[in-house]
Order: sequence, then C-alpha cells, then structure tokens
Amino acid sequence: MIIDHPLLGPRDASEFIYLGDASLLNRPNWDEENSEDNFYKYLYLRENVAGMHKELWFHQQGDRSWLVISRNTITHEIFKVELATEFKKNMEKFND
Amino acid sequence: MIRPTRTKSSLINTNKKLSFVFNGKKYEGFQGDTLASALLANDVKLIARSFKYHRPRGIFTSGSHEPNALVEIIHDDYNEPNSKATTVELYEGLVAKSQNCWPSLKYDFMSINDKFSKFIGAGFYYKTFMWPSFFWEKVYEPVIRKAAGLGKLSKNKNNKNSEKGFLYCDLLIIGSGLSGLISAYIAGLSGIKVILVEEDYVFGGSLNNEVFKISNMSPQAWVHSILKEIRKLSNVRCIENTSVIGMFDHGVFGAIQKLKEGKIEQIFWKIMSKKALLCSGSLERLIPFQNNDLPGIMLSGSIRSYLNRWGVNNFDKILLFTNNDDTYLTALDLISNGINLIGVVDTRDNPRIFDPKIKVFKSSQVVNARGKLYLKGVDIVNKEGELTHLKCDYLGISGGWNPNIHLSSHTGVRPEWNEKIYAFVAGKKNVSTHLKAAGSANGKFSLNECILDAEKQVLEILSDLKIKPKKYSLPKIKEQSFEIDPFWFVKIGSQRKWVDLQNDVTVKDIEMAYAENFRTVEHLKRYTTLGMGTDQGKTSNVTGLAILASLSNKSIPDVGTTVFRPPYVPLSIEALVGSSIGKNFKPTRLTPTHNWARDYGASFTETGLWLRAEWYSQKNENHWRMSVDREVNSVRNSVGFCDVSTLGKIDIQGKDALEFVNKVYCNGFAKLPVGKVRYGLMLREDGIVMDDGTTARMSENHFIMTTTTVNAESVYRHLEFCHQCLWPEMDVHLISTTDAWAQIAIAGPNSRKIISKMVDKQFDVSNKNFPFMACKELTICGGVLARLFRISFSGELAYELSIPTQYASSLASHLMEIGKEENIIPYGTEALGVMRIEKGHAAGAELNGTISALNLNMGKMVSNKKDSIGMVLSKREGLNTSDGLRLVGLKPLKANNQLISGSHLFNSSDKITPKNDLGYITSSCYSPTLKSYIALGFLKNGCNRHGDKIKISNPILGKEDFAEVCNPIFVDTNGEKLRA
Repeated sequence: MIIDHPLLGPRDASEFIYLGDASLLNRPNWDEENSEDNFYKYLYLRENVAGMHKELWFHQQGDRSWLVISRNTITHEIFKVELATEFKKNMEKFND
Repeated sequence: MIRPTRTKSSLINTNKKLSFVFNGKKYEGFQGDTLASALLANDVKLIARSFKYHRPRGIFTSGSHEPNALVEIIHDDYNEPNSKATTVELYEGLVAKSQNCWPSLKYDFMSINDKFSKFIGAGFYYKTFMWPSFFWEKVYEPVIRKAAGLGKLSKNKNNKNSEKGFLYCDLLIIGSGLSGLISAYIAGLSGIKVILVEEDYVFGGSLNNEVFKISNMSPQAWVHSILKEIRKLSNVRCIENTSVIGMFDHGVFGAIQKLKEGKIEQIFWKIMSKKALLCSGSLERLIPFQNNDLPGIMLSGSIRSYLNRWGVNNFDKILLFTNNDDTYLTALDLISNGINLIGVVDTRDNPRIFDPKIKVFKSSQVVNARGKLYLKGVDIVNKEGELTHLKCDYLGISGGWNPNIHLSSHTGVRPEWNEKIYAFVAGKKNVSTHLKAAGSANGKFSLNECILDAEKQVLEILSDLKIKPKKYSLPKIKEQSFEIDPFWFVKIGSQRKWVDLQNDVTVKDIEMAYAENFRTVEHLKRYTTLGMGTDQGKTSNVTGLAILASLSNKSIPDVGTTVFRPPYVPLSIEALVGSSIGKNFKPTRLTPTHNWARDYGASFTETGLWLRAEWYSQKNENHWRMSVDREVNSVRNSVGFCDVSTLGKIDIQGKDALEFVNKVYCNGFAKLPVGKVRYGLMLREDGIVMDDGTTARMSENHFIMTTTTVNAESVYRHLEFCHQCLWPEMDVHLISTTDAWAQIAIAGPNSRKIISKMVDKQFDVSNKNFPFMACKELTICGGVLARLFRISFSGELAYELSIPTQYASSLASHLMEIGKEENIIPYGTEALGVMRIEKGHAAGAELNGTISALNLNMGKMVSNKKDSIGMVLSKREGLNTSDGLRLVGLKPLKANNQLISGSHLFNSSDKITPKNDLGYITSSCYSPTLKSYIALGFLKNGCNRHGDKIKISNPILGKEDFAEVCNPIFVDTNGEKLRA
C-alpha cells in the first residue's frame, strides 16, 4: 500500500502503524452524568464497515504525524489523507 | 541415444556442450537448453510421477505453467524441490532427480493407488479418514503425508543469500514478447522511466518459438534489434530471469529475480510503479480424453517451441489434436523440418486449409491414448462414429488459448468472459487503474492486432501520465487470423480423462463434485483441488469451469471463475525473508556505555532491541549469582552506578505542557513545582496500567518524562495521539530524546559523595538544597551540561545523571576514578532487578496489560478530580472489587527455596484447580540483603493477607511449595534511606 502523506507525499505503508476507526477522535467528556457509558461506547463499539472507512494511521518511521485516512475496506482504495490535527479542527468547526 | 544434431536455432549454442545428470544417468545438452529441452532431445520422456495416483508423467509444456515435470535440483549443500524442468536453465554439472516416486521412477510402489482410483476419487480423504478421531494424528496423517505431497525439503541451509530491493518507475511492463517489446520501445522513447521484466532467461517471449518474418527479419533477429534500440535508452531497465509474482495495492508489485552467478542467489524486488502493462501473453489449454496424461502428450504450442527455439527434432510419428488454427503453425513447422507428421485431428467441420500436405482428420476427436509408460498410439473417432487406431510417439494437443491474466485479478478484480476467443480476459471493472493488459494477454490473438493493441495501450498510459509520445515506427508482419471453435472435453469413453494433471483431477471428479452438490466454482476447487498446486491450474482451470458449465447447463460466464492469488509462481520463504535473518532480523541497539562495559567484562542481555550489561564478572566469580550478589551488596553498603539510558525520554515543552502531563498521567501533576520530579502512572483509556515513570519539571514550561525501556516507542506514540488527535488546541511539543541523553543511575549511601566530587562548584547538592525528588540542570566536570535527578529505583539514596550521549563512556571511566575511595562498582540489569524487587517497585513483569492501579495498591493515586486518560473507565465496577488482585511480597518458608515466576497461588488446604486459583508470581530473585529468595506477585485480597501461609504451585514443572505473604516492600519500608 502507498499512503499519500499530506506533507511528505507518497510513502510506503510499512512506515506506518495502524490504530483503527477515526471515531477515536471523538473522546467523550469525563465529567458528564453518563460518562462511564459514553467511554464504554467510545472505546469498545465500532461500525464494521464494508466500504468507505475513516481510520487513524501513525507515521512512526517518518514525521510522527497522526493521519486520518479515508479508505475503501473492500478495494483498499484510498480517497483522502488528512492530518489528524486538521481533521479535528474541521470537525469541531462542523460541530459548532 | 544422443542425437548428433539439432535443428539450427539462434537460441541454442551447439558448440557449447553441457553435461548433466538426471536420475543418476549422465546426458549432454547445449548452452541455451532448459532441463526439459535437453531431456526431450535425449529421448527422456518419463520425468515424474503424479501427485495422487503416481501415474507416469512427462514434459507437458515449455514454461512456468508446467504441471508435470517437477524435479529436485541437487546442489552441493541443499536440494531445491518442485523445480520445473521447463524453466530450469541447463548448466554444466546440473544434477536433478524425479520426485514423488519410490523405489524408482519406472517402478513406483505407490502407483498401486492408480489401481484403486475408483475408491479414492474427489473427497475421498474427507469421507474416509473421519473416525476414530485419534487415528487421524497417529495413523492417517503420517501415511498420507508420506504418500502425497510435492517434493521434499533437504532441511540443509542454503549457503547462498537472498536479498531484497526496491525499484521505482512510471511504467512496469510485464513480459517481453511482441507486445511487451513494442510497449517498452514506445514508452522508452517518450522518456518516462520504464522497467521491462521477463520471466525467461532470454527476452522475446513467444517470438522465440516462431519462424515467421517480422519486418523481413526472423523473430529472434527482430527481438535482438529492438532490444538494442531499447537498451540505448537510459530510462529503460530490462531485467530477465525475473517473475512478477504479485500485484498489490496502489501499484506495488513483487518480483523475484534469479541470479546465475555470485553469492546472491535471488533478489526479491518490491516495484512501485505508477502504471503497469501486462504483456504476459497467453497459455495453451488441454483437452481431456481417456489417458490424456501419458508421457509423449504435450501442448501443441510447446512442441513448436521445442522444435524452433531449442532445435529438438526427435518427434517421430507425431499427431496433433486441436480445435483452433494455431496448431497448424506447429504442423507447418514440423513438416518443414522433415518430421513425420501423421496428421491433425480437428474437431471442426470446416477448418481452414493451411497446406495440402497436412493430412487433416476433420470433425474428429482423439478419444483414447494407448501406452503404459509412454504414448504408443491413439484412437480417434470421426463424425460418423468410426473408430481408427493411429500409431504415434507424440501427440500435440490444443484446446485453445487463455490470456495469461493471473496478475490482473490479484487485487480482487474478476476476469470477464470473451465469446470471440472462448477465454477469460482481464476484468474491465478494475478499480485500480494501475494495470492494463495488452496484446495476447488482452485477448488479441493475431500478431498485427497485438502490435496495434500494445500501441493503443501505451499511448493511453502516456496520455494519463500527460507525456507526449516521440516518433516511432512499428514492425510489419504478414497477417494471419485466428479461429477457434469451442471444444472442451471428449465425452466418449468411461476411463479417466485428466483435467488438472498436477492434482490428478479428472472429468469424473468434477462430475462427482457436481453430483454431491459442490456446484459453485469455489466449492468445486476446494473439493477436487482443481487449480491448486505449483502451477495453479494454468493449463486446466478454464477447462474445468467449462466442464462444470456443461454439467449444470449454464454458460461459462454464468458459472463464473475463481480469482487468482499471488504468487504467480512459487517462491521460497527465504526469498521473502532476504537478509533479515538471524542477527539481522532486528536492529541491535547499544547503550552509550556499551564499549566501556564490554572492556570491563560485562556480559550482555537483550531487552527489546537493546543489549544491556547484565552483570560484571570479576576474578574468582564463577557463577553469575556471585557477581550479582556482590553488586547488590556494594550498592546497598556503599555506591554503584548503572547505565539506564534505555529508559524512554520524552521532552515536553509548551505553554500547556503542565496541563498535558496532568492529563496523560492518572495522578495529580498540577501542583508539581519547578525543580521537582514526580512518579507518574499512565493508564490506557480502558483503565489498565500502560506504563509508569517519572516526570521532572525543569522549568515553567519544560518537562522531561521517562518511560520504561520496552514502552518507550508506544508511550511516545500514545502521547502524540493524545496531542494530535484529542487535544490539538494545546500548545505542546513532544520529542523523543532517548538517544540524545545518556542516563546513569548512581545509587548507594555514598552516592552523594560521588555526585559532590563531580558537579561544578557553584551547584549545591546537599540534602537540604537538593532533597529527594529534586531535579536541576547543571554542569559537571568543569562545564559539561548535565541534568541531575534525585530519584531512586533501588531504594537507596540515589541520583540519575543525564549527560549528552557522547560523554557516557568517559563518565563511566571518570566515576571509577573518583569513586575509588568508596569502592564504586558498575552494576548490571540483574542487580538492578534484584534491588527493585527488594523495594517492591513494579516493572514490566507486573505491568502486564491486565493490571489496574488498584491491583498495584495505587488505587488512591487515580485522581477523580481531573480528566485523565483512563480515569473514567478505571472506576468501573469490575476493576474495583474488594477481593481483587493486589501486589504482595512472598517469602519462601525455607529461605533457599527458589520461587518461580509464573507459579500460581492457592490457599494451603485447597486443591490445585483453576477455581481455587488466587493469583500468580510475577517476579522473583534471590535477595542478598534478606539472604532469602523473595518474590512479587498478585494475590486476591492480598493487602489483608500479609502474614498468611500460602501454597505455590507450578504444575508445568510439577513443583509445589509454601510461602509467607508480606508487604511487597521488603527493604526500608518507610523510605528513610531515600531521603537520607
């Protein structure tokens, strides 16, 4: 696999470490009433997507960027690669 | 009999004789031969026994699609099984032998299987070896393993090496036949970076098998001339002897190159290419009829290649059997070489007349082959049902041609049926735009079509790459069209008709699978093993599908096809491993004091990638325990030092650094003053302990965190995750400084004396001004930058001193020098471990991924007044039961009884059952301080059981013992020494 890093260009997948579903970016608040339940859902419940999937990869043998990659889990086609920091900022903008 | 001459061919050097040995007998061949062509020229027809029924088998093809002629190549130091005689280039002194036969190829004992074939058809193993179940392991499997299987490993180490390499290009062209060469030429002229890969040891593909004219030249001369043009282009790299074994995601290809000479035997290339063109040609398929597996029966096109490329001309009395025009090229070439061609049996009613000299048996089929070890003759039947017997030594068959599209489906794209050529072509719904097929591999079966198709595909690729082609010219070939009628298998006759020669799959097996409801392609494949093995059904797959289609009254495209998987040709695991073997499997990291320690007599131990000094043996110490006990005693009584540079060090800076540290540790850091260090416990989000360490606040916004050695990378990755993915708004910068700073622990009651001798005069390290858990940036030895931390892992008065890595060895020598008076010693990881167990500090063995803060008796450290990773879920019920595991100390009732890590804990009177299990031992050692073995472990309700006698069981070693539960802190329980 080749991952088109937004800062470094195309890099071999062996330089990266995979973490999983990008929903890990949405960490719940700790001080809400049902925070324990929210954290349980956040940590353990995942969609098992056949198709487009947003997921987190870390450029371990590179610039240490966390990336959000939009990948088709059936064809492995990669449609978008974003810095997690940028993705998160846009996400928050969207939520506001 | 050795033939005096061969037909002249530019690809065989008859002036260069090569002798070789096959099954113990010596033969001669020529430079340019494969093992197969040399054997054929020597009239050796019987090459191997088949996989299941041990039927006699000969050479069937002339390439990597060979199902039959698998041999063992004997090298000086090892044997290479499953080598295809059809692809092994002959060399002087080659030694090969048949596999899968005993005691000899001619009298194979296991051919008795053939007599029982009625009973051991498809699914036989599944149905028969069912019960009693224990029979499988003891009886069935060993017998089957001995009888079946392809070749044997010699289990000797190959002294030659495998290497790995990486290549990058704009266009990868797979195959150097007519289409491949034209594509490489046009693409090369345009200036893009091209790699042309050829599986064979000569370029030219099927052009090497032909004698027609291309631009008034022989095909071989044309190949030579265009290659010369291509090689002038510095942007084109041509590699022969290299098979592309797989297409992977995003234009990554694997290829295996075999080298003839030198110490490197093979190179596994990872090729990254923007575009790829599959010019892999097409492969001929067989026609199943009764006994169609006899030696002497070969593919028609392969006979042509042995004749034209290798000059093999001893095909006496040859007959051809076909449903298509290509076979007539073989017929014409045989006649022009004066070979006795009996005729062509053609299934078609009105085949085109190529030459009146060729006798054509129209509307006829070969229905049976006669002979025991070799072909002796065939029976043919015409439209009227008249049976004729014809004597012949060789039979060339052709059931048509399949585009060689193996690679095109590696990324999951299914091939599509082409009704014009009765074959599958590469699927057009190719989500990956990286690969296109051209020429024969794209279903173009006339040469001019191939030329035009190659041109078309390359121009499209250049246009995709936004490159303008340069001027080029294309060769001219006298046109010949290709016609075929579908004919899949002979229905006449009740004896076995072979579909997959390698796996001994017959028409009957497919019928049986169908009858037993294994009717989808994938089921058929698994039930009958059709298309498995080293050839992956290259000559048989489509024929097998056609038979299934005819049984189910469906069309072939409705039956569907299986997708091919990598590798295209078998490759050894060694090829994939390359040089990453033994010590080269992982990098070795050396500590900054490694050379100093080595010179001082240290022995080393592996911790992760690191080599660390485990102890320093002195004269008169003939057991490691003597060294370790001495080192522990020296530290506890005076002073010692230890290189702890392997601990992860993370430099954290920024306006929000304090808040960040406070969020990643579960205990409070908000009030940590500048110049102080604090122990930190890091949880995973699920509430389990991830790591522990210390963090020092060097200045307002500058922190230095340490991690355990093994978790240095994962903790750093986790912190980057926390920063980038959870709190990107925080002003924090992280960098790993593990390699930049050496860290030396200096421990023992005399350690302050040593430190005082080292630090520059302006710095006060008295207990008052530099108390326990203090930290400071200072200079030592007259100006060397250093960071001093008053922290202790051993439980003694102790410091850790950080200095730039390059000073570490000098520092070690300097410590020995200034510590003479105090009898300073270096100590290794073993003494370090003993002292931390004595002090009850958790380490890797305790932080095993299932342990919570509460289990470590640190439950109260988890602050619920702030947000931190893992805090919320650490409070869940299941992790907070009052009788859960707690860290305890254990002392054997007899001091000299060793406690073994991994042993489990039970109440004295309880039986050893999983239900009664109360916990386990994590770390154990001999404590020279307590003069007893001691251990740390987790025990249910452990805090309330100090003083209890408990049973220790190790069922694996068959050992049982008793120990007393105690406080895990064995020495200096109140921490007075630390603060002294």
